[in-house]
Amino acid sequence: MRITVNGQETALDGRTVADLLAARLDDPRPHGIAVAVNDEVVPRDDWPRRPLAGGDVVEIVTAVQGG
Amino acid sequence: MSALTIAGRALSSRLFLGTGGLPSLVLLEPVVAAAEPGLVTVSVRRTSSTRDGGLLDVLRRSGVPLLPNTAGCLSPREAVMTAELAREALGTDWVKLEVIGDEASLLPDAIGLVDAADQLVRRGFTVLPYTTDDPVLARRLVDVGCAAVMPLGSPIGSGLGVLNPHAIEAVRAAVDVPVVLDAGVGTASDAALALELGCDAVLAATAVTRADDPVTMAGALRLAVEAGYAARRAGRIPRRTTARASSPMTGRIA
Repeated sequence: MRITVNGQETALDGRTVADLLAARLDDPRPHGIAVAVNDEVVPRDDWPRRPLAGGDVVEIVTAVQGG
Repeated sequence: MSALTIAGRALSSRLFLGTGGLPSLVLLEPVVAAAEPGLVTVSVRRTSSTRDGGLLDVLRRSGVPLLPNTAGCLSPREAVMTAELAREALGTDWVKLEVIGDEASLLPDAIGLVDAADQLVRRGFTVLPYTTDDPVLARRLVDVGCAAVMPLGSPIGSGLGVLNPHAIEAVRAAVDVPVVLDAGVGTASDAALALELGCDAVLAATAVTRADDPVTMAGALRLAVEAGYAARRAGRIPRRTTARASSPMTGRIA
Protein backbone atom coordinates (compact mmCIF):
# COMPACT_ATOMS: atom_id res chain seq x y z
CA MET A 1 0.00 0.00 0.00
CA ARG A 2 1.41 3.38 -1.03
CA ILE A 3 0.67 6.63 0.78
CA THR A 4 2.17 10.12 0.67
CA VAL A 5 3.82 11.34 3.86
CA ASN A 6 5.10 14.92 4.04
CA GLY A 7 5.09 15.16 0.27
CA GLN A 8 6.91 11.89 -0.39
CA GLU A 9 5.32 8.70 -1.60
CA THR A 10 6.13 5.79 0.65
CA ALA A 11 5.08 2.24 1.50
CA LEU A 12 2.89 1.83 4.58
CA ASP A 13 3.55 -1.16 6.80
CA GLY A 14 0.95 -0.67 9.52
CA ARG A 15 -2.74 0.05 9.48
CA THR A 16 -3.26 3.21 11.53
CA VAL A 17 -1.84 6.68 12.11
CA ALA A 18 -0.26 5.37 15.33
CA ASP A 19 1.43 2.57 13.34
CA LEU A 20 2.82 5.15 10.93
CA LEU A 21 4.16 7.31 13.75
CA ALA A 22 5.70 4.32 15.46
CA ALA A 23 7.45 3.35 12.22
CA ARG A 24 8.69 6.84 11.33
CA LEU A 25 9.25 8.47 14.72
CA ASP A 26 9.83 5.41 16.92
CA ASP A 27 6.89 6.53 19.02
CA PRO A 28 3.16 5.90 18.45
CA ARG A 29 2.21 8.90 20.62
CA PRO A 30 4.93 11.56 20.30
CA HIS A 31 4.43 14.93 21.98
CA GLY A 32 4.37 18.26 20.17
CA ILE A 33 3.28 16.58 16.95
CA ALA A 34 0.17 17.04 14.83
CA VAL A 35 -1.08 14.81 12.03
CA ALA A 36 -3.43 15.55 9.16
CA VAL A 37 -4.81 12.94 6.77
CA ASN A 38 -6.27 14.22 3.51
CA ASP A 39 -6.45 17.79 4.85
CA GLU A 40 -8.22 16.81 8.07
CA VAL A 41 -6.42 17.04 11.41
CA VAL A 42 -6.55 13.72 13.24
CA PRO A 43 -6.79 14.40 16.99
CA ARG A 44 -4.11 12.72 19.05
CA ASP A 45 -6.60 10.48 20.84
CA ASP A 46 -7.76 9.09 17.50
CA TRP A 47 -4.31 8.07 16.23
CA PRO A 48 -4.55 4.41 17.38
CA ARG A 49 -7.87 3.87 15.60
CA ARG A 50 -7.59 6.12 12.55
CA PRO A 51 -7.02 3.72 9.63
CA LEU A 52 -4.88 4.64 6.64
CA ALA A 53 -5.70 3.62 3.10
CA GLY A 54 -3.75 3.56 -0.15
CA GLY A 55 -3.49 7.02 -1.69
CA ASP A 56 -3.88 8.84 1.63
CA VAL A 57 -1.96 12.09 1.95
CA VAL A 58 -0.48 12.48 5.43
CA GLU A 59 1.22 15.48 7.00
CA ILE A 60 3.25 15.12 10.20
CA VAL A 61 4.35 18.43 11.71
CA THR A 62 5.95 19.90 14.79
CA ALA A 63 6.97 23.31 16.12
CA VAL A 64 10.19 24.84 14.87
CA GLN A 65 11.88 28.17 15.52
CA GLY A 66 10.05 30.91 13.69
CA GLY A 67 9.05 34.55 13.83
CA MET B 1 4.27 48.53 33.26
CA SER B 2 0.53 47.85 33.31
CA ALA B 3 -0.55 44.59 31.79
CA LEU B 4 -1.62 44.16 28.20
CA THR B 5 -4.76 42.09 27.72
CA ILE B 6 -5.59 40.35 24.46
CA ALA B 7 -8.79 38.33 24.13
CA GLY B 8 -9.19 38.36 27.90
CA ARG B 9 -5.71 37.05 28.63
CA ALA B 10 -3.32 39.30 30.56
CA LEU B 11 0.19 39.19 29.11
CA SER B 12 3.21 39.92 31.27
CA SER B 13 5.07 42.05 28.73
CA ARG B 14 4.49 44.26 25.73
CA LEU B 15 7.43 42.65 23.94
CA PHE B 16 6.69 39.51 21.95
CA LEU B 17 9.62 37.46 20.78
CA GLY B 18 10.00 35.56 17.53
CA THR B 19 12.31 32.59 17.80
CA GLY B 20 13.33 32.30 14.14
CA GLY B 21 16.88 32.98 13.04
CA LEU B 22 18.90 32.16 16.16
CA PRO B 23 22.27 30.71 15.16
CA SER B 24 22.02 28.15 17.95
CA LEU B 25 19.20 26.82 20.09
CA VAL B 26 21.57 27.12 23.04
CA LEU B 27 20.95 30.88 22.90
CA LEU B 28 17.18 30.53 23.18
CA GLU B 29 16.99 30.16 26.93
CA PRO B 30 19.17 33.22 27.76
CA VAL B 31 17.47 35.27 25.04
CA VAL B 32 14.03 34.52 26.45
CA ALA B 33 15.29 35.23 29.96
CA ALA B 34 16.66 38.62 28.86
CA ALA B 35 13.61 39.59 26.79
CA GLU B 36 10.99 38.48 29.35
CA PRO B 37 8.46 38.39 26.49
CA GLY B 38 4.69 38.23 26.86
CA LEU B 39 4.45 35.70 24.03
CA VAL B 40 6.91 33.69 21.96
CA THR B 41 6.20 32.68 18.39
CA VAL B 42 7.00 29.38 16.75
CA SER B 43 6.36 28.00 13.28
CA VAL B 44 4.95 24.64 12.29
CA ARG B 45 6.80 22.49 9.79
CA ARG B 46 6.95 18.93 8.52
CA THR B 47 9.06 16.64 10.66
CA SER B 48 10.63 13.22 10.37
CA SER B 49 11.90 13.15 13.93
CA THR B 50 10.55 13.62 17.43
CA ARG B 51 13.72 15.48 18.30
CA ASP B 52 12.85 19.18 17.99
CA GLY B 53 16.20 20.06 19.51
CA GLY B 54 14.53 20.88 22.78
CA LEU B 55 12.71 23.93 21.40
CA LEU B 56 9.42 23.16 23.09
CA ASP B 57 11.14 22.03 26.28
CA VAL B 58 13.00 25.33 26.57
CA LEU B 59 9.91 27.39 25.82
CA ARG B 60 7.69 25.43 28.20
CA ARG B 61 10.31 25.80 30.95
CA SER B 62 10.29 29.57 30.44
CA GLY B 63 6.57 29.64 31.13
CA VAL B 64 5.97 32.13 28.28
CA PRO B 65 2.78 31.39 26.32
CA LEU B 66 3.30 30.14 22.76
CA LEU B 67 1.96 31.93 19.71
CA PRO B 68 2.20 29.64 16.69
CA ASN B 69 2.34 31.38 13.33
CA THR B 70 1.38 30.49 9.79
CA ALA B 71 4.60 31.97 8.40
CA GLY B 72 5.17 31.39 4.73
CA CYS B 73 1.62 30.32 3.94
CA LEU B 74 0.61 31.57 0.51
CA SER B 75 -3.13 30.86 0.58
CA PRO B 76 -5.98 30.96 3.08
CA ARG B 77 -6.36 27.19 2.71
CA GLU B 78 -2.72 26.58 3.66
CA ALA B 79 -2.88 29.06 6.53
CA VAL B 80 -6.06 27.56 8.00
CA MET B 81 -4.63 24.04 7.75
CA THR B 82 -1.38 25.17 9.39
CA ALA B 83 -3.29 26.87 12.21
CA GLU B 84 -5.34 23.71 12.78
CA LEU B 85 -2.15 21.62 12.95
CA ALA B 86 -0.56 24.12 15.34
CA ARG B 87 -3.60 23.99 17.60
CA GLU B 88 -3.41 20.23 17.73
CA ALA B 89 0.37 20.07 18.22
CA LEU B 90 0.69 22.87 20.76
CA GLY B 91 -2.66 22.94 22.52
CA THR B 92 -3.37 26.63 21.91
CA ASP B 93 -6.04 28.23 19.78
CA TRP B 94 -4.07 31.45 19.46
CA VAL B 95 -2.49 32.02 16.07
CA LYS B 96 -0.40 34.71 14.46
CA LEU B 97 -1.97 34.62 11.03
CA GLU B 98 0.23 35.21 8.03
CA VAL B 99 -1.05 34.92 4.48
CA ILE B 100 1.86 36.01 2.33
CA GLY B 101 1.28 37.58 -1.08
CA ASP B 102 4.64 36.74 -2.57
CA GLU B 103 7.91 35.34 -1.41
CA ALA B 104 9.99 38.31 -2.53
CA SER B 105 8.27 41.06 -0.54
CA LEU B 106 6.71 38.81 2.13
CA LEU B 107 3.92 41.38 2.22
CA PRO B 108 0.50 40.20 3.39
CA ASP B 109 -2.09 39.20 0.79
CA ALA B 110 -4.83 41.53 2.03
CA ILE B 111 -7.72 39.67 0.42
CA GLY B 112 -6.55 36.23 1.47
CA LEU B 113 -5.79 37.52 4.95
CA VAL B 114 -9.35 38.65 5.66
CA ASP B 115 -10.71 35.40 4.23
CA ALA B 116 -8.40 33.25 6.38
CA ALA B 117 -9.04 35.36 9.49
CA ASP B 118 -12.78 34.98 9.02
CA GLN B 119 -12.47 31.19 8.67
CA LEU B 120 -10.22 30.87 11.72
CA VAL B 121 -12.41 33.02 13.96
CA ARG B 122 -15.38 30.83 13.01
CA ARG B 123 -13.32 27.78 13.96
CA GLY B 124 -12.72 29.19 17.42
CA PHE B 125 -9.23 30.62 17.03
CA THR B 126 -7.92 33.78 18.67
CA VAL B 127 -6.50 35.43 15.58
CA LEU B 128 -3.65 37.98 15.53
CA PRO B 129 -3.09 38.83 11.86
CA TYR B 130 0.15 40.14 10.39
CA THR B 131 -1.09 42.96 8.19
CA THR B 132 0.00 46.01 6.26
CA ASP B 133 -0.03 49.46 7.88
CA ASP B 134 -3.46 50.12 6.34
CA PRO B 135 -6.16 51.35 8.73
CA VAL B 136 -8.98 50.25 6.42
CA LEU B 137 -7.67 46.69 6.24
CA ALA B 138 -7.12 46.70 10.01
CA ARG B 139 -10.77 47.57 10.51
CA ARG B 140 -11.86 44.81 8.14
CA LEU B 141 -9.81 42.34 10.19
CA VAL B 142 -11.44 43.49 13.40
CA ASP B 143 -14.85 43.28 11.71
CA VAL B 144 -14.35 39.55 11.14
CA GLY B 145 -13.34 39.07 14.77
CA CYS B 146 -9.57 39.37 15.06
CA ALA B 147 -8.39 39.86 18.66
CA ALA B 148 -5.58 42.23 17.70
CA VAL B 149 -3.92 43.54 14.56
CA MET B 150 -0.21 43.33 13.79
CA PRO B 151 0.80 45.94 11.24
CA LEU B 152 4.27 45.86 9.76
CA GLY B 153 6.70 48.69 10.41
CA SER B 154 8.65 47.68 7.29
CA PRO B 155 9.27 44.40 5.44
CA ILE B 156 9.97 41.25 7.43
CA GLY B 157 13.61 40.96 8.38
CA SER B 158 14.52 44.32 6.84
CA GLY B 159 15.42 46.12 10.06
CA LEU B 160 14.21 49.37 8.49
CA GLY B 161 12.13 50.25 11.53
CA VAL B 162 8.82 52.12 11.29
CA LEU B 163 8.85 53.54 7.76
CA ASN B 164 5.45 55.23 7.97
CA PRO B 165 4.73 56.36 11.52
CA HIS B 166 1.61 58.23 10.39
CA ALA B 167 0.11 55.04 9.02
CA ILE B 168 0.80 53.22 12.29
CA GLU B 169 -0.95 56.02 14.16
CA ALA B 170 -3.85 55.75 11.73
CA VAL B 171 -4.13 52.00 12.37
CA ARG B 172 -4.08 52.71 16.11
CA ALA B 173 -6.89 55.22 15.70
CA ALA B 174 -8.95 52.94 13.44
CA VAL B 175 -9.38 49.93 15.74
CA ASP B 176 -10.31 49.27 19.34
CA VAL B 177 -8.28 46.06 19.70
CA PRO B 178 -4.59 45.89 20.66
CA VAL B 179 -2.13 46.92 17.94
CA VAL B 180 1.13 44.99 17.85
CA LEU B 181 3.88 46.32 15.61
CA ASP B 182 5.21 43.33 13.72
CA ALA B 183 8.11 43.20 11.30
CA GLY B 184 10.82 45.69 10.55
CA VAL B 185 12.18 46.36 14.02
CA GLY B 186 15.95 46.66 13.71
CA THR B 187 17.01 47.99 17.07
CA ALA B 188 15.75 49.32 20.38
CA SER B 189 14.73 52.79 19.19
CA ASP B 190 12.39 51.26 16.59
CA ALA B 191 10.55 49.36 19.33
CA ALA B 192 10.35 52.44 21.54
CA LEU B 193 8.94 54.48 18.65
CA ALA B 194 6.22 51.90 18.03
CA LEU B 195 5.00 52.21 21.62
CA GLU B 196 5.27 56.01 21.46
CA LEU B 197 3.04 55.95 18.39
CA GLY B 198 0.38 54.15 20.37
CA CYS B 199 1.07 50.50 19.61
CA ASP B 200 0.26 48.23 22.54
CA ALA B 201 3.15 45.84 21.94
CA VAL B 202 5.99 44.99 19.58
CA LEU B 203 6.96 41.67 18.08
CA ALA B 204 10.65 41.31 17.31
CA ALA B 205 12.40 38.30 15.88
CA THR B 206 15.28 39.05 13.54
CA ALA B 207 16.26 42.20 15.46
CA VAL B 208 17.17 39.92 18.34
CA THR B 209 18.08 36.63 16.77
CA ARG B 210 20.41 38.05 14.11
CA ALA B 211 22.00 40.75 16.29
CA ASP B 212 25.70 40.32 16.97
CA ASP B 213 24.78 39.67 20.58
CA PRO B 214 21.19 38.38 20.74
CA VAL B 215 21.02 38.20 24.53
CA THR B 216 22.04 41.84 25.01
CA MET B 217 19.68 42.98 22.24
CA ALA B 218 16.84 41.04 23.86
CA GLY B 219 17.40 43.03 27.05
CA ALA B 220 17.65 46.28 25.07
CA LEU B 221 14.29 45.67 23.40
CA ARG B 222 12.68 44.87 26.75
CA LEU B 223 13.85 48.23 28.10
CA ALA B 224 12.89 50.03 24.88
CA VAL B 225 9.34 48.75 25.05
CA GLU B 226 9.07 49.86 28.66
CA ALA B 227 10.52 53.28 27.80
CA GLY B 228 8.26 53.75 24.78
CA TYR B 229 5.17 52.79 26.74
CA ALA B 230 6.07 55.18 29.57
CA ALA B 231 6.75 57.99 27.10
CA ARG B 232 3.42 57.40 25.41
CA ARG B 233 1.58 57.68 28.72
CA ALA B 234 3.63 60.73 29.71
CA GLY B 235 2.58 62.62 26.59
CA ARG B 236 5.27 64.06 24.36
CA ILE B 237 5.61 67.79 23.70
CA PRO B 238 4.21 69.13 20.45
CA ARG B 239 6.73 69.51 17.66
CA ARG B 240 7.68 73.12 16.80
CA THR B 241 9.58 74.51 13.88
CA THR B 242 11.22 77.23 15.92
CA ALA B 243 13.23 77.27 19.14
CA ARG B 244 11.60 77.86 22.50
CA ALA B 245 13.98 78.64 25.35
CA SER B 246 13.60 76.65 28.52
CA SER B 247 15.84 79.00 30.54
CA PRO B 248 14.53 82.44 31.53
CA MET B 249 15.76 85.33 29.40
CA THR B 250 15.38 87.80 32.28
CA GLY B 251 18.10 88.30 34.89
CA ARG B 252 21.03 87.56 32.64
CA ILE B 253 24.28 89.31 33.53
CA ALA B 254 25.39 92.37 31.54
